[in-house]
Amino acid sequence: METILVLAHTEADGSPAQTVRESLHAAVNLHQASPDSKLVVGLIGTNVEAAANAIAACPATKYFGVTGAEFAQPRYATDCAAAEAICKSAQATIVIAPATARWNRVLAGLAQRLGGRADTHVTGISAESGVIGISRWYYRQRMEALVQRTQRPWIVAIDPGSQTPCNCGAGTAVVEVISMQIPEASLRTKVVGVRAPAADAQTIRPDAKLLFVTGAGWTKKQADGQTHVPEAEHLIRDFLKVSRASLGSSKSLVDLGGEGQAILPFLSHLNQIGQTGATPRHPKGLSTCCHGEEPHTVGWRFIAERRAISLDANCGWARGKTDVLYVADAFQVMQKVNALLAANP
Amino acid sequence: MSIAYQIVVCAGIVPDPLQTLEPVTSPAGPALKNEMMLPAVLDPWAGHALFEAANLAKNLPGSKVWLVSFGPKAKLQQVMMTVAQKVPFELVALDGPASGFTEATEVAAALTEAIQAIPALDKSKLLVFGGWESASRGAGATLQMLGERLGISDQFQGVDELKVSADGTMEIWERIEGGRHQVSQCAGAPALLGWATGNLPEPKNNPQVGMTNMRTVMPALQKAKPQKLAGDGLKFASVTLPKQMRDTKIVKDASPDDIAKEIVDWIKQ
Ligand SMILES: Cc1cc2nc3c(=O)[nH]c(=O)nc-3n(C[C@H](O)[C@H](O)[C@H](O)COP(=O)(O)OP(=O)(O)OC[C@H]3O[C@@H](n4cnc5c(N)ncnc54)[C@H](O)[C@@H]3O)c2cc1C
Repeated sequence: METILVLAHTEADGSPAQTVRESLHAAVNLHQASPDSKLVVGLIGTNVEAAANAIAACPATKYFGVTGAEFAQPRYATDCAAAEAICKSAQATIVIAPATARWNRVLAGLAQRLGGRADTHVTGISAESGVIGISRWYYRQRMEALVQRTQRPWIVAIDPGSQTPCNCGAGTAVVEVISMQIPEASLRTKVVGVRAPAADAQTIRPDAKLLFVTGAGWTKKQADGQTHVPEAEHLIRDFLKVSRASLGSSKSLVDLGGEGQAILPFLSHLNQIGQTGATPRHPKGLSTCCHGEEPHTVGWRFIAERRAISLDANCGWARGKTDVLYVADAFQVMQKVNALLAANP
Repeated sequence: MSIAYQIVVCAGIVPDPLQTLEPVTSPAGPALKNEMMLPAVLDPWAGHALFEAANLAKNLPGSKVWLVSFGPKAKLQQVMMTVAQKVPFELVALDGPASGFTEATEVAAALTEAIQAIPALDKSKLLVFGGWESASRGAGATLQMLGERLGISDQFQGVDELKVSADGTMEIWERIEGGRHQVSQCAGAPALLGWATGNLPEPKNNPQVGMTNMRTVMPALQKAKPQKLAGDGLKFASVTLPKQMRDTKIVKDASPDDIAKEIVDWIKQ
């Protein structure tokens, strides 16, 4: 009999994030497909009551919490200790947790501590013929595997955006709070802040409908034999302003910054998409001045509808990697796109 | 107080990302087609960790860098021919599969043993580095498990920056959601850092560094212990390539006006 634990941390305001509802959705499905299983919830944060109440109408039969100011900090030592205490109290055999940056730092270490196993970046859970399996990608989104395990506890980190969030309503949950002593050694690290670009310079927008990708072509010599970097910068900035798209980039373009060439100042490695960059989820993606090589396009695995603008009709995009390839000058096209969007937002 | 670290960088090897990869079934479970023939590179994010380690060691005299690498011996040797030219390190090699389908906890156990066998290892000076995710399993699991085994509970993942103060306090920037960084202060070693891209460009090849490194690389490869990974309790029910190649529509000779209109209509749909 499986005991399925949804393990979550609260947000700074005490609420459960959307990602918690996604994990809960996966857990409820698994619970319903696994006869005799139990579903329980574990929460970590300064205070967890509000978060537990917000999802209290879900089929979980028990709530565990570790609370206190020290557990507000996303810090390995305290997060791992708190998660360990909850897993042990709940006697969890399957732990389903949202793969937030905070949990991604901890869950595999937690599995080690519990003598269990961990699978991260999980995009689906199934229970066919009573055998639980998880889906995840290998080799940077190049191939997908269905993995089964006999060891327990099995910790499963669900990739944000891969599940529909549950719509379990609110209610009153009784939380069993586990009291914990925090050894001094667990407080050697202090989280002192978050660094983010100023709001108007924030180009990474995970919730955007559109991913807009810029490639090295924006900085290359154009038909007139000249580069046009300031113009490229304008066109890209204007497009981001009118479209509210999230900005992604090829590696070649972000690397130029490190090599001291004239480059678009608002791009960093955080914008990079691909093999050694991000694999974001957006309903649509538009690539410009990028060649669409495999190490780049593996980062597009979770972009549903794709279009690309490149001067090269034989670029990588042409080989089944985009729905539409416009063989055209992105400078000209994006100028018109910006004008149309500005006139008719 | 002068600070000197013992920096152990864990870095595997992966197929060159420009290669096309195809899964096949082998007696030992899933594998890559022609796996032993595929050209390999140092796992990219772990490579950044190595360059950051070398830079830190250069700035803090008395520090030393070890590169602990788990992979098939012949492939490791191939990759070391280029990596050894980049920055100074001492190699510790483990001979075993570099496949993404191996079990992270078993790899972590082997790495732990290799690290603990480094002579005169002083945990109070130890920084364990690696990539925050590999380009093979891509799980971000091995380092955390290794940290647990070594008893290091100051762990950081997605690190882009490490600044060390004169008193040994470390400031660490980790990637979090929405293109932001979480900033932490850690009292000092021991600590474990899974690096993202960091801030350093790939160092140019330096034949002199290569010659010095090679003196330890070859003996390390010769005495690399063969490792067996059992994959206990782990079953791959299937491994498949994504099904759809898109049916790309190629639009040539359309005017920028027409293309722009089509794109705007699509964005607004
Ligand atoms: C270990 C490793 C890891 C890597 N990781 C990544 C990764 O994470 N992400 C990534 O992106 N790459 C990665 N790469 C690099 C990748 O292989 C490519 O080199 C890179 O993606 C190329 O970038 P690009 O397409 O922007 O540039 P280019 O290849 O230079 O292509 C520029 C394109 O712009 C077009 N162009 C020029 N002017 C115009 C114009 N006016 N209008 C329209 N089109 C124009 C050109 O026709 C060309 O197609 C990696 C490589 C290695 C070896």
